[in-house]
This record gives sequence, structure tokens and C-alpha cells, in this order.
Amino acid sequence: MGTVSLNTPPTGMPHVPEPDLHQVLTPEGHRRPDHDLDPWLEDVTATMLAGLHRDMTVIRRLDTECTHLQRQGELALWPPLLGQEASQVGSAAALHREDYVFPSYRENGVAYLRGVDPLGLVRLWRGSTYSGWNPAETNLAAQQIIIGAQSLHAVGYAMGLRRDHSEAAAISYFGDGATSQGDVNEAMVFAASYHVPVVFFCQNNHWAISEPVTLQARRHIADRPWGFGIPAMRVDGNDVLAVLAATRRALERARNGGGPTFIEAVTYRMGPHTTADDPTRYRSKDEVEAWRAKDPIDRVEAHLAATLTDSDRDAQGGPLTIEAVREASATAADEMAAALRTGLAGLVDPGPEALFEHVYAEPHHELARQREHYRLYLAQFDGEQLEAGAR
Amino acid sequence: METTYREAMRTAIREALLQDDRVFLMGEDVGAYGGCFAVSLGLFEEFGPERVRDTPLSESAFVGAGIGAALNGMRPIVEIMTVNFSLLALDQIVNNAATLLHMSGGQFNVPLVIRMTTGAGRQLGAQHSHSLEGWFAHVPGLRILTPATVEDARGMLWTALEDPDPVLIFEHGSLYNLSGELAEDAGPVDIHAAAVRREGGDVSLITYGGTLPLTLEAADRLAAEGIEAEVLDLRTLRPLDDAAILATVVKTHRAVVVDEGWRSGSLSAEISARITESAFYELDAPVARVCSAEVPIPYARDLELAALPSAERVVAAAREAVGGGG
Repeated sequence: MGTVSLNTPPTGMPHVPEPDLHQVLTPEGHRRPDHDLDPWLEDVTATMLAGLHRDMTVIRRLDTECTHLQRQGELALWPPLLGQEASQVGSAAALHREDYVFPSYRENGVAYLRGVDPLGLVRLWRGSTYSGWNPAETNLAAQQIIIGAQSLHAVGYAMGLRRDHSEAAAISYFGDGATSQGDVNEAMVFAASYHVPVVFFCQNNHWAISEPVTLQARRHIADRPWGFGIPAMRVDGNDVLAVLAATRRALERARNGGGPTFIEAVTYRMGPHTTADDPTRYRSKDEVEAWRAKDPIDRVEAHLAATLTDSDRDAQGGPLTIEAVREASATAADEMAAALRTGLAGLVDPGPEALFEHVYAEPHHELARQREHYRLYLAQFDGEQLEAGAR
Repeated sequence: METTYREAMRTAIREALLQDDRVFLMGEDVGAYGGCFAVSLGLFEEFGPERVRDTPLSESAFVGAGIGAALNGMRPIVEIMTVNFSLLALDQIVNNAATLLHMSGGQFNVPLVIRMTTGAGRQLGAQHSHSLEGWFAHVPGLRILTPATVEDARGMLWTALEDPDPVLIFEHGSLYNLSGELAEDAGPVDIHAAAVRREGGDVSLITYGGTLPLTLEAADRLAAEGIEAEVLDLRTLRPLDDAAILATVVKTHRAVVVDEGWRSGSLSAEISARITESAFYELDAPVARVCSAEVPIPYARDLELAALPSAERVVAAAREAVGGGG
């Protein structure tokens, strides 16, 4: 056997910059022409960019707040998305209301753009309720914890959309690690065979807990779908415009009967896998710093700073300056964070009777017996509870 | 020497890697990261990426590859992060590892060891917290081990690797930080017999794995009330040590089965059935069971605790069995 270490990238495969990576905004904020993506960005204005800047700033703040809340013991766990704001905002901004999203556990930014109240995310990760949002209102499925399982659900949903001649599409979010799972590969077989309106949106954030993406794929992840008969595009996942355009393009293809598309958004998980992880054990500071220089929010800011003119106006008709953009984003983030903390104080832990809820949709005699048994068991402690209360 | 369950398990893996160059460990994050429960910490540095091998996120693939390697003479230790993820490899475990000896007319045995974390108690939610070892104990062709002490964490692995058939080792997540005294010369232990962890004549508490500590705690509390409980640690769920179960029931005439799995169609049901089959006329009380609530294990802390067996419930069930404090 050879002695190739699986923990080092194969030679000849630099991450960025690379010729087959679609990029519209460079890390320095320069706009680059892209033959495939530019047609999908004709409506981009300074006001729209300011809106994307605001959304990314708000979800970064949401992420930071929740990471802190976990450290303070208010949440049991939190899966940070720090660094992936452009992938989530760009793709979610491309979606229509009637499109349906099948997320993993890290799509808290996507959830925010689907209209999920940030407090709902806190409720969920705190354990106050079993779910943080109403899927029927948001067209956002419950989060999936098993890696890649939701890709099949998206395909099944898209099969239904096709049967109904719907103009909606389904989108499945997953990470680079999930592409090694049977489910994701089988989802691609199904999607191609049935030619369904689905978008596979892979956020290649380079790490599956401690495992580098090179352990999942020796070639670019976006090379793989072609073998299933699914066109794929590799985009700079820290470039909100490239992600927006690529997702619009894929969704339009789905709506027009063009079948599935795969997007590999090349980004980086700046934080830990979850708050239970310590990434300093397996990756270098230099690598993290190199990605910090490609920050998704900074590049939009740099672009706006360089391109805003006196004639650019905000929504109220006032002058749109880079200072105003920054301030508006910061204010939106502050307001969200303040509402989050106020709301958190009002959250109530579930009572013990909640234990038997939502196991079956309809009454179930064995569960009812168990619930009654548990009620009687708890009743034994009534006296002790009073004593504790008296103290 | 004082050690933890986690360290004892690591020592066992390390010893196996040192003693037999056919042995290798593979799974998700077992390498530089040292395993998601830090069991293999330091082994990657000592043995290198060939023998402590990170795998792609493909449970079916790495269990299947483990079977192939075992068929070809290797002695793989496959780590599955949690029992919930083993369901992604169920076909390889149940339809392949467990059947190949039979279907090859005895020509191919599968000396594969699969280790996985099981159980709840760490707020990991319904897709990371179940206790499914009872399912696997249903399957002929597999041997199912549930080390619950530092001695067994230290000693079961080597014996499992020497076993010619597939062996599944279930490590309850709440046990990793358990510390205990381990003899300096501790080594391999048997993997066929149950063990009496506490002697007593009034009631038998039959358990295994993650519920052993709380069962022993319950026995202490019962002793304070004058009830002497005998605690039987099954250690091996397949094959079950019928003789040990029978012996303790014949001794105490009362049995409480403590099992973190769900009650219906469970290992606790199997044990109850075996007691009624072979010791019915020895019983002075119905066999009682303390199991998890039959709900997906909740994420919320209080609800999770409410769903799981506790020392209080074992005490209550034992009191009931002995007739209100006997």
C-alpha cells in the first residue's frame, strides 16, 4: 500500500483562486465578469447590495449571540455558521416563497431569510419546544441531524411538485461530508432519473467535524454530479452575488422542466462544528486566517465603498453612503439581538407532561397508559416539591 | 490504579494495535481528532493514518469495508460514532456480517469488531441518543457486548478481536467519564458470562451497560431501607447468560429488569420471558421492568431525564416487588 496521507490535499488542487470557480466579487470587492452568472445579476443595485449586507450582518450577529448563549449555559448546543453567511443569504435570497427548503442543522441563516423568528431558533436549541418554526408558513422543513438524509426528502418532495405541474422547486442543503453518504448519492440517482425540480446546494465548508474535504472527495465535489447526469457549478461560497446568481439559475432551470442542478458553494466554517467541538485540535491558525481574508461581508462592504456614488439613494430617498450602509446593518443586528435576549427571558421550559407529546399524531392507548403511570409517579413527590418550595 | 472507562478503552485499543499488526481502527474523526468521544486520542500520533484511519462519512461503506478486510485476514475495529448512525450500516451488519458464515457454508467467518456509543443523557436529541443494542441482540450471527465497568472496558476488546465472529461493543456515552480502580495487570476478560456486581437476597436487579451505575446506586438506597438487592450485570446481550439470570432469581424470587431501551419488544421483554419460562414457580412477585419512556429521546434536559430510567424508579420498582418495603 502507498503511504499517501489522507489528511493533506492532493497536489495540483489549490482551493482558490482557480479557473473553474465562479466568482463575481473578489475578496477585495472587485466585480469580475462571469459569462454564466452575469445574466442573473442584471437587477443588482446598490440598494440590493446594502440589503444583502444587512442580512449577512444580522445572521452573523445571530450566530455570535447564540454561540455566546451556549457558552453561558442558555442553550445546550449551537452549530455556528460563521463564515458561511454569503452561501446562506445568497441562496436563500434566490428562493421564491413557494419553493421548499430541506435544511441540515446549520442553515440558521437560511431559516432567518425564510421568515423564522430568531427567537424560534433559540427556542429550538434551548429545548423549550421541539420545533423552532412552522414548516407550513415558511416552506422550511424541520432541521435534519442525520448527515445527508434530507437530500432524499427534497427529491421526494420535488417528485410531488412535478406531478402537480407546480412552478415551485425544492432545494436541499448539505455539507461536503454529506456527499460521501449513500443517501446523497442515491438522491442524485433519483433526481436525475425522474428529472425532478430540485437543487442540491452543497456548502463545502472544508471540514466535517475534524475531517478535511479531501477525505470526502479527491476531485472537486462539483465534478461528481455530472456522472449522475446532473449539471453542477462550483461557485465562490463567500461571494453572495455568485451564490445568488448560481441559485437563481438552478431554480429557473428546475421551474422550466430542466431537472436537477448541483451547486458547490466553496466556503469555510470559521467556527467549530458545534459548540461541543474544538477546531484548534485539527486545523491550523494560518488556514483560518487565510479564509478570514476572504470574508463574505467585508467584500460586499469593499465593493460598495468603491462603487457608491452621490446619486445612490437608500429606500427613503436619502443619500446612500458606505457609512449609512454599515450603520443600517449594525442597527438591524442590534435590534434583532435585543429582541432575542428579551424574548429569551420569557421562554419557559417544557413541563414533564410534554414528555409524551408528539409521539403519535392521534391518541395511542399504550402511550396514554404510560403517561398516566408517569403522572401517578410524579404525584408521589408532591410533598417533596412543597417542602422544596417552602425552603 | 485509578482510571476512567474512556482511558481503559483507549488502553485496550492501543494494546491491540501493539500486539497484532492485523488490527486497525477506522471510523469518523478517529484520527487526529481522537474520536468524537475522545477514546482514540493520541493513537493517530502513535500508530499513523494507516492503522488509525479517518473515513469518509459513509457508515455503510466503512462497515462493509471492515467486513471485507476481516474476510481477508485483518482484524478491523470499526468505530461508529453513535448507535443511531449504525442504522445507515444496518444492511452490512445484519444482512452481511451476521450471515456470511452461514451463506458460505462455513467458509467465510467475519472476525470484525464494531464499537459504537449508545444511549442518552447528554442532550444530543432524538437522532443521537437511542439505545438500540437490544435490536442487534435479536440477530443470530452477532455477539453483543455491553461493557459497564473499567475492567470490561479494558478487557472485552481483545477477547472480541480473538472471536471468529462479528462482535458489536456498545459503549454507553455516560460511562466514558466513569472512573474506577483497575489492576496494573488488568487484561482480557471473558465475553460470555454475566457478573454479580452486588450480592443480596431480597430482590434481583438485572441490568447492563449504562444503567449499571444507577442500579448500584438504587441497591445502596434499598440497603438503607433494609432491602438487600442483588445486582446482575449481563455484560453480554447475545448470547444471554441464562444460567446467571436463573441463579439470581432462584436466590431472591423477585426480579426487576433495568434497561434503557424501550419496553415493547425489547431485551427487557426477552429477559422477563426467559424468567417466566424457566423460573416461573420460583417467583414471589411479577417481574418488573424499568425502561425508557416510549418516546423519541427528547433534547430538553428535564424531559430527557424524565424519559430515562433513574435510581428512584429502580428503588420504587424494587420496593413494589418486595411488597412495600419487605
